[in-house]
Amino acid sequence: MGSSFEAGIGLAAVAPFVAAILAPYIQRFAGAYAGWILAIIPASIFLYLLGFADAVIHGETVSSVIEWIPAYGINLSFLVDGLSLIFALTISGVGTLIILYSGAYLAGHHHQGRFLGYMLAFMGAMLGLVLADSLLALFLFWELTSVTSFLLIGFDHSRQAARRGAIQALVLTNIGGMFLLAGAILVYQLAGTWEMSAVREMGEVLRGNELYLLVLICFLGAAFTKSAQFPLHFWLPNAMEAPTPVSAFLHSATMVQAGVYLLARMTPSLGSTDVWTNILVIFGGITLIWGSLGALKQTDLKQILAQTTIASLGLLVLLIGLGSDYAISAMVVYFVAHAFYKAGLFMVAGAIDHEAGTREITALGGLAEKMPVTFIGAALASLSMIGLPLTIGYFAKEEMYLGLMSADWTAILVMVVLIAGNAMLAGVALLVMIRPFLGEAVATPKKPHEAPIAMLAGPILLGASGIIAGILPDWLGHDVLVPGASAILGRAVESHLTLALDFTSLLLWLSALTWLLGVLVYRQADTIRTLLRRFDKALGWTADTVFDIVMFGLIRFSGALTRFLHHGQLEFYLVIVFAALAAALFGPMLVWGGLDWLEPAAELGDWSQRLIMPALAPYEWGVLALAVLGLIAVLIAPSRLVAILSLGVQGTAVALIFLLFGAPDLAFTQLMVEILSVVILTFVMTRLRLDQRDHRPFEDWARDGTLAIVCGLGVSLLLMLVLNGTLDTRLSDFFTATSVPIAHGHNIVNVILVDYRGFDTLGEIAVVMGAGMAVLALLRRQKKPAPAPSDQVKPKRTRKPSKAAS
Amino acid sequence: MNTVIFRTLAPLIVAIMLVFSVYVMLRGHNEPGGGFIGGLIAAASIAVFGMAAGVSAVRRSLRFDPMAIAGFGVVLAGLSGLASLLTGSPFMTSIWLYVEFGPTIIPLSTPLFFDLGVFCVVFGTLSAIALSLESDREEDL
Repeated sequence: MGSSFEAGIGLAAVAPFVAAILAPYIQRFAGAYAGWILAIIPASIFLYLLGFADAVIHGETVSSVIEWIPAYGINLSFLVDGLSLIFALTISGVGTLIILYSGAYLAGHHHQGRFLGYMLAFMGAMLGLVLADSLLALFLFWELTSVTSFLLIGFDHSRQAARRGAIQALVLTNIGGMFLLAGAILVYQLAGTWEMSAVREMGEVLRGNELYLLVLICFLGAAFTKSAQFPLHFWLPNAMEAPTPVSAFLHSATMVQAGVYLLARMTPSLGSTDVWTNILVIFGGITLIWGSLGALKQTDLKQILAQTTIASLGLLVLLIGLGSDYAISAMVVYFVAHAFYKAGLFMVAGAIDHEAGTREITALGGLAEKMPVTFIGAALASLSMIGLPLTIGYFAKEEMYLGLMSADWTAILVMVVLIAGNAMLAGVALLVMIRPFLGEAVATPKKPHEAPIAMLAGPILLGASGIIAGILPDWLGHDVLVPGASAILGRAVESHLTLALDFTSLLLWLSALTWLLGVLVYRQADTIRTLLRRFDKALGWTADTVFDIVMFGLIRFSGALTRFLHHGQLEFYLVIVFAALAAALFGPMLVWGGLDWLEPAAELGDWSQRLIMPALAPYEWGVLALAVLGLIAVLIAPSRLVAILSLGVQGTAVALIFLLFGAPDLAFTQLMVEILSVVILTFVMTRLRLDQRDHRPFEDWARDGTLAIVCGLGVSLLLMLVLNGTLDTRLSDFFTATSVPIAHGHNIVNVILVDYRGFDTLGEIAVVMGAGMAVLALLRRQKKPAPAPSDQVKPKRTRKPSKAAS
Repeated sequence: MNTVIFRTLAPLIVAIMLVFSVYVMLRGHNEPGGGFIGGLIAAASIAVFGMAAGVSAVRRSLRFDPMAIAGFGVVLAGLSGLASLLTGSPFMTSIWLYVEFGPTIIPLSTPLFFDLGVFCVVFGTLSAIALSLESDREEDL
């Protein structure tokens, strides 16, 4: 396989973000034509990417690297191979039609520009996701899709259901994102590279490692949350609260397929082990059946489609799990088929909702006369979904059955699951095609008429593509199946799609059985729905309700924890802080035997001999006495003001001690801090009107006193301990030696602060400022409950915030 | 506390303290002093001024909101660190420039501007707190 380098690929992933920023302005400027103008972006990306098709079909890859953090070997690298090209073309192609569609669907909406911006940003994230080669770039774009989809699902944020759906999707997909990050880091640790193209060659290393299971769980966690696999599927139906274009885009061909893409991408690295096959096939199978049953349960068109999407995702995961050439070929074809018909059907559902005013299939009928073009779009898509010959869906189904033609009992079991799932999906397709459009015309909330052309372009073009691809199996096989499947499996895969119907083959009869069962399901749809709903009622709870319980539990828990820790009683905060200080001081000293020297040694006998009076000058004694006097004054002070002032005296004495023993900088600072703290404390105290002596109960007094003594004793002992040991002077020697020659300063303390340790200081002053703002906020908040009595004061208050803002 | 003597003398004291604070800040690199101590002295002078002349008068004469001064300080300190990127060296590498100014040589350096930033932060934050507390007192009375 050859490879070439193309710098523009990164641009293709970035361009939508730029367009997203401009979208609101373009919308304001272009009004109703904004959709048409903005659709140029995805369309040109589509054409640009199509230019790679020729090279990719010939087995080449195209790559591009933008250096991001070269020091850690992290790059924004992109790679175009068969798999990523199929996904990227689908995203940009469907994206073009969706942007067009949104332009008409939300015409006149107050925030249409914003909506289009979100859409484009999401598309950029999705393109980046499938084109990324670096695992970290993949993670970045993965998270971006979560964030942008949150914005899109919650677009209609005045409705509670939309907000809930958005939060649910965000929570679940972000949990998946964390799994992905963990997996990416693990892979990097094991393989030594972030590039997936390199990791793909090291599949043996990963599979052989004992951490393989952990890596696998991480990637499966990411893929299953994103691609809504059972039991994490419940966010997808709730995400249907989004405007229909969002569902048509995110929940058909793009976001939910990210998990499928990830699994396909990791197949050569992690795949084809027993664990992999078992997990994917079992969960995929359950999801398929669960989703198709769910679809039969619903009557809302969008909900039906959402449930079938879950089923299709399960099917894709199951196929990846099987991992044979046939299964992977089927997966590639099915992905394309699904993107064609599901996006189209969602757009049809939106058109019906838009023009008829309801999406309930029980309240719809006979729309084919009023909306003939929409009906054609719906019919084309549904036929592909059923998998009739001459549609792309047919080949997808044929391929998946082909891979399971063996007498092995597991293969038969999987086959049964597949036939059951496909049959139910076919039944749903008939339901969606026939119920709203054929039969008796029913009165609808709005008078139905044909949708505007921008809303019809999508379903018609996508439906037609599904048919065209179905008529041209050679093209489909050679240009889509082979590059895609080869890229997934990392080896050349043959295509054997043919239009010819072989009536002797069991395969055709299995297809026929599927169709037959599909018709049966369609005929009995109402009975099945009643049965399923009765079952649901009997069960009483779903994954959805469990999610709610967990979320509310989390909120209650954090509320309780906050109330427990933040009780708002300053006294207890201080007690805890000082108790912790005491523990921090004494704990290590006790554990590591720092206090052993205190025990009187036997040979010493008399303690008093150990105590030697320090030789101090009289004025030094005087300063010491001053400090002690200040301290005593604090304790016996008759009022708080006197206590504060006495504390200042004590502090000043300490500053003098610093000055006398050769630390002028420290003394200077201490002195200023003392002055300011006396001033500020006085203000605080007078403000609180607490200038009397406080009357505390004896317990409080004893508790605080004990804590104070313990802390003081701890600090003293620690200092003695430090002074007894030998100090490591390497650092201070270095500072002394280099302060003048390299830092041009004689004051070492200052040089350390502003030069050697400048980074620390920068952080500290930022903290000082943050603390100052917090103090101001607290002071202002306290004022609020008691509004100023006089009008004179008011202008002063209103001025302050405006000043702070400027 | 708010006597005539105090009110008359306070502006004088404040002026001297402010000049002294700048002096202490500038000499910091070679003698005891520096931005932190300078900022503390300046903040103390503002607190004194607030007591003597009233908060609104102080705010008027400061022209800028003290918190804005603190914010400016953080930005200035950060920018002085970033200056080294122009010479291609790592963040916060100091750059020294000796400017000849007549007979004397004035050493200019990025640590000097960094220290100025520290000065502004300490000065701004503490003055903001002091003034806010003082104004509360005024309003309550």
